[in-house]
Amino acid sequence: MLTVLLILIPFIAGLISFGLKGSGPKVLGIISSLATVVIAIGTWCTFRTTPDSLDFVADWIPQLGSQFRVGLDGMGVMLCLLTAVAFLLIFITIYSRDYEKPGSFYGLMLLAQAGLMGVFTAYDALLFYIFWELALIPVYFLCSLWGGEKRIAVTFKFFIYTFLGSLLMMVGIIYLYFQTQDHSFSWAAFSSLPLGPEKQKWLFWLFFVAFAIKMPVFPFHTWQPDTYEQSPTPVTMILSGLMVKMGLFGLIRWCLLLVPQGVGMWSDVAIVLCIIGIIYASAIAMVQNDIKRLIAYSSIAHIGLMCAAIFADNEQSLQGVLIQMFNHGINIIGLWIIVDVIQQRLGVKNMDQLGGMARKAPRMAIFFVIISLANIGLPLTNGFIGEFLMLSGLFEYNHWFMAFAGLGIILSAVYTLGMIQKVIFGESNELTETTTDLQPGEALALSLIVIMILVLGVYPKPMLDLVSSTTEVFNKVF
Amino acid sequence: MNALISTALSGVVLMFVGLFVRNKQHIKFFAIAAIIIAFIANLAQYPSVQLGGYVMYGMIEVTKFGVLFNAVALGTTLLYFLLSGSEFEKMGEHVADYFALIFFILAGISLAASFSNLLMLFLAIEIMSIPQYILAGADKKSLKSNEASLKYFLMGSFSTGILLMGITLIYGAAGSFEIAALGLGAESVHPLALCGIILMVFALAFKVSAVPFHFWTPDVYDGSPTVFTAFMSTVVKAGGFVAFLRMFHTSFAGGSISHHWTLILSLITAGTLVLGNFSAVFQQSVKRMLAYSSIAQAGFMLFAVVSLNSMGSQGIILYSAAYSIATIGVFAVLMKLKDYTFEGFNGLARKEPLLAGAVAVFLFSLAGIPVTAGFFAKYFVLSAAILNGRLLWLVVLAVLCAAISVYYYFRVIIAMYFKTGEPEVEQTSGGFKAALVLAIALVLVLGLFPNLLLCWL
Repeated sequence: MLTVLLILIPFIAGLISFGLKGSGPKVLGIISSLATVVIAIGTWCTFRTTPDSLDFVADWIPQLGSQFRVGLDGMGVMLCLLTAVAFLLIFITIYSRDYEKPGSFYGLMLLAQAGLMGVFTAYDALLFYIFWELALIPVYFLCSLWGGEKRIAVTFKFFIYTFLGSLLMMVGIIYLYFQTQDHSFSWAAFSSLPLGPEKQKWLFWLFFVAFAIKMPVFPFHTWQPDTYEQSPTPVTMILSGLMVKMGLFGLIRWCLLLVPQGVGMWSDVAIVLCIIGIIYASAIAMVQNDIKRLIAYSSIAHIGLMCAAIFADNEQSLQGVLIQMFNHGINIIGLWIIVDVIQQRLGVKNMDQLGGMARKAPRMAIFFVIISLANIGLPLTNGFIGEFLMLSGLFEYNHWFMAFAGLGIILSAVYTLGMIQKVIFGESNELTETTTDLQPGEALALSLIVIMILVLGVYPKPMLDLVSSTTEVFNKVF
Repeated sequence: MNALISTALSGVVLMFVGLFVRNKQHIKFFAIAAIIIAFIANLAQYPSVQLGGYVMYGMIEVTKFGVLFNAVALGTTLLYFLLSGSEFEKMGEHVADYFALIFFILAGISLAASFSNLLMLFLAIEIMSIPQYILAGADKKSLKSNEASLKYFLMGSFSTGILLMGITLIYGAAGSFEIAALGLGAESVHPLALCGIILMVFALAFKVSAVPFHFWTPDVYDGSPTVFTAFMSTVVKAGGFVAFLRMFHTSFAGGSISHHWTLILSLITAGTLVLGNFSAVFQQSVKRMLAYSSIAQAGFMLFAVVSLNSMGSQGIILYSAAYSIATIGVFAVLMKLKDYTFEGFNGLARKEPLLAGAVAVFLFSLAGIPVTAGFFAKYFVLSAAILNGRLLWLVVLAVLCAAISVYYYFRVIIAMYFKTGEPEVEQTSGGFKAALVLAIALVLVLGLFPNLLLCWL
């Protein structure tokens, strides 16, 4: 029942929000996301004692063998927690901002949250597909209504791109459905299908393309930098912190176990694509002037490493991916908050117009440095443990792959430190002289993030314990 | 059977009503009452066919499928009357005649859903077609309307001739008109029968505007008065599909014969999908875009015929309902606008939130996005093709085309929500808005629980 509440609370709050005016939606957003965080922590506690009680099944379309079947494993609990926390952070940050038509803005945000929760909890393929699409539509409207100048064309491309991917996945789902004994969409039936290698060979691509577009993996990434740049920053946080996790999650839950031999056959190809993406995106990030685009490209590189590690075929790297999913979500949202603060104060996001902000906004500068270092994966920050596990897993799989993927880490340090240097150090100019330091809401959100970065960096055990149940399942498969 | 009788009678009665009742409003109410009666009469027949159908005089077979399809056709027509009935009054003096012609078409459709004899098939197709030629030319003073009517009539009669020729050849090969007793393709396929089947494929493909027999469609749909285009491109097209499905699944499904025509039909399907979708992308007028979209949607409905299984029959029912409701709804809003181009929709969301919201939901449904009826409609026809096993290439093609269709449907949504403008919108009545809300509710309910409709099958 707790699991259903995770979907239901934001969904109902979202619907109510459309009817509210003034500061009503803001307050509702904070209340709803707080409640969701409490429930998410509740699911974590329940998961440690009685994990089975998190499952919920209700009849939906009996003729098709599809049920409203939701549940949580370690990975699910972690991602729901991330989703809940991320929305709370976003809402705290933007509490002092005013958006046009706040009712619709907060309504769509909350509906997107409900969709994401649905994706992470669904244990029925049809239900998963429907939530997968539902998470996309509010985000499409958010980008197109509140985004930058070129928003319409850019988000349109984004929508068609991801829609095409999901339709291919739909074909795969229907095909698998007809292979099941009792014609059922349940995950259990799907994951125990005896499929021959010939079928798995092409089925893999139907699923992988859908997830690769969402992540995005090279060469399916072309929608991403434009969309991140043009979206309003709170939506960029959702896109980069949470929606990319849908792709990784989908790959682990709905691809690895369903077509294991297909994954095995194509894993080298997939890893090579990921590595090309890492190096290519890092190289572009190094020459970017626009901070939003820089972070967008750095996100492609980080996600590329996570995707490569999924294919590395061992427990260690998978554990690294799972823990990094959470940490990357937290870190990147932190970075976007900083970018949003700069953009709100100064109205620019080009690095050559910035500089010397540390003197005027020292608190912001401190947060910026800590979060950036976590994003690089410095020891004692949360980014370290995940990257270490992923790289050592890749090393076990193939030395060369690890060498090239490791290059991404070095490049990441180059462009991230370059960004810090250009934005907060150096000479200040007329524009940056006018900046002011953080407002209470922003400071609160950022300090929560920094606390999580440090705590999880020093003591990652609770997270590792949480995801260990998921990695054990996969250990048996490989 | 009840549907056939009640619609035919209503048509005749309505023609006379036009002589005595001068008030156009009253005629509309009469038509709405008649369609409700037909709907109830049709449903009343359901219990008698629940366990199995029966044949009457070797001509008509009453089945669960037929009754359910009639219910969909009559129900969507009722919605159409509620939404666009008042537009009839603007067409001229002969309002009762237009309603009567619609009822005759419905009689043809209910015959198409229940024929068991080739002659009845021919009659059904003709009864459906001839009133459409008149409706297409209803706007007598408009050159485009006259052109549409003439074009439709010439091409339509030609294809009817081909259909008749096909029926004759099949009769020559099988020696019977009974569709269940043709016995074709048990061992070897008679060349006469093969020619006949191919001719029938062509003629019926013309009626459902499949490529390469679609050339009449954009001109006719664009030229006809919009209020009749809404009906012709939805309910009537679904009727054509049901005839197609019934004929080919009953008579030409068994043995080796199905290999011959499924190959041709799958090529037709592929062409329809590609050409319909690509042409719709380049349109500047929403009305013409909807004409091409109806060709593209026909491509999806053809899956139901070509995949030859029960999933296909379920699919055609759901698809007819989803597609008809959504298209009728979009047309109903379109008629309230002065400007039929995409720019005419600019800024509609700010001015008329309900109309814009409704169009958005209908277009979501046409594009096949989850939680709308269109999603499950596409789901069923694609499943039917995947179940068939030999059509996977077609499914992948359809999926690519579906992604293209998002492009032109979303252009309208972008215009309504993300662009600014001052659209000229006619005043809408409370009844119209209520009907619109009903249509939205239907789309969403069928999108969440398709079994509410399919559990009757």
